[in-house]
Amino acid sequence: MSTVTQLQNPAAYWETEPHHHPEGASTNIGFWVYLMSDCLMFAVLFATYGVLHGNLAAGPGPKDLFDLELVAVNTAMLLFSSITYGFAMLRMVKGDKAGTLKWLAITLFFGLCFLAIELYEFHHMIHVGAGPQRSAFLSAFFTLVGTHGLHVTFGSIWLITLMVQVSKFGLTSANQRRLMCLSLFWHFLDLIWIGVFTVVYLMGVI
Amino acid sequence: MAHSHNHDAHHGAGHGHEDHHDHGSFKSYMTGFVLAVILTVIPFGVVMGGGFDSRLMTVGLVVLCAIAQVLVHMIYFLHMNSSAEEGWTLLSALFTIVIVGIMIAGSLWVMFHLNTNMMPQMNHELQVMP
Repeated sequence: MSTVTQLQNPAAYWETEPHHHPEGASTNIGFWVYLMSDCLMFAVLFATYGVLHGNLAAGPGPKDLFDLELVAVNTAMLLFSSITYGFAMLRMVKGDKAGTLKWLAITLFFGLCFLAIELYEFHHMIHVGAGPQRSAFLSAFFTLVGTHGLHVTFGSIWLITLMVQVSKFGLTSANQRRLMCLSLFWHFLDLIWIGVFTVVYLMGVI
Repeated sequence: MAHSHNHDAHHGAGHGHEDHHDHGSFKSYMTGFVLAVILTVIPFGVVMGGGFDSRLMTVGLVVLCAIAQVLVHMIYFLHMNSSAEEGWTLLSALFTIVIVGIMIAGSLWVMFHLNTNMMPQMNHELQVMP
């Protein structure tokens, strides 16, 4: 082979064929980047709450409105749902479809309990005249906590979807990948909740 | 080497897909859960019990517990480590933490110092002058 023919062959210098990645190989890093961008959105809402938390407009403040016992129960619900999702992932790795579905159902139960308690709290606050229109503090509060609640709502819908998928098609590699993504999402929501109960509820009452 | 520890006994027969993710173990989940419970009970207990005499000390304890619990969640629930996805998850998380810190600290700093320099106080200073 002469030097001339080698120069004329591009494959000798760079790859001429497109890369072939296994399907879904970049899903996890992509989903992680989404979570990080979601984290930035929550950071903006936390900053807004931090700036506005003192602007009560002569309305009720955190000490009048927050029931820490209810928040403690809510925190427990979300923490329980986090660990039960972890157990579902452990069953998934073992290839145990029934076990995975059982733990996912328990996770869904705790997630729905969390949402029910939060909706009760919101309803109660609006009922006593402390709705989002009352003051800048309450607007920021409902935006921050409500956005977290919306995330849990969509996480629950996603969870139900995946339960149907798994029960219909089994623990295929695509379903395992989806369960892995929801696992990150679910634990991430619990992580955001740490910020919420610390900054909004505990520091509001101190 | 980077991924070898992930291919442990868990990945048995039945699903031969390419999987480089650390799913943790029962022990690691329980460790994380117990630590998370402790780090939740302490701040709630202190605040619901009325807190310390010094407000600053109560706030400090609550914030420290929260930071510790965030770290516990990242390690035991999100399974973050320096080798996952060739370090990109950790790197992007660190970048996010830096941006979040700048955004929150910066917002509070700027907004509360704007308040200090608002018109009423300036008027007040003018009035105090002879």
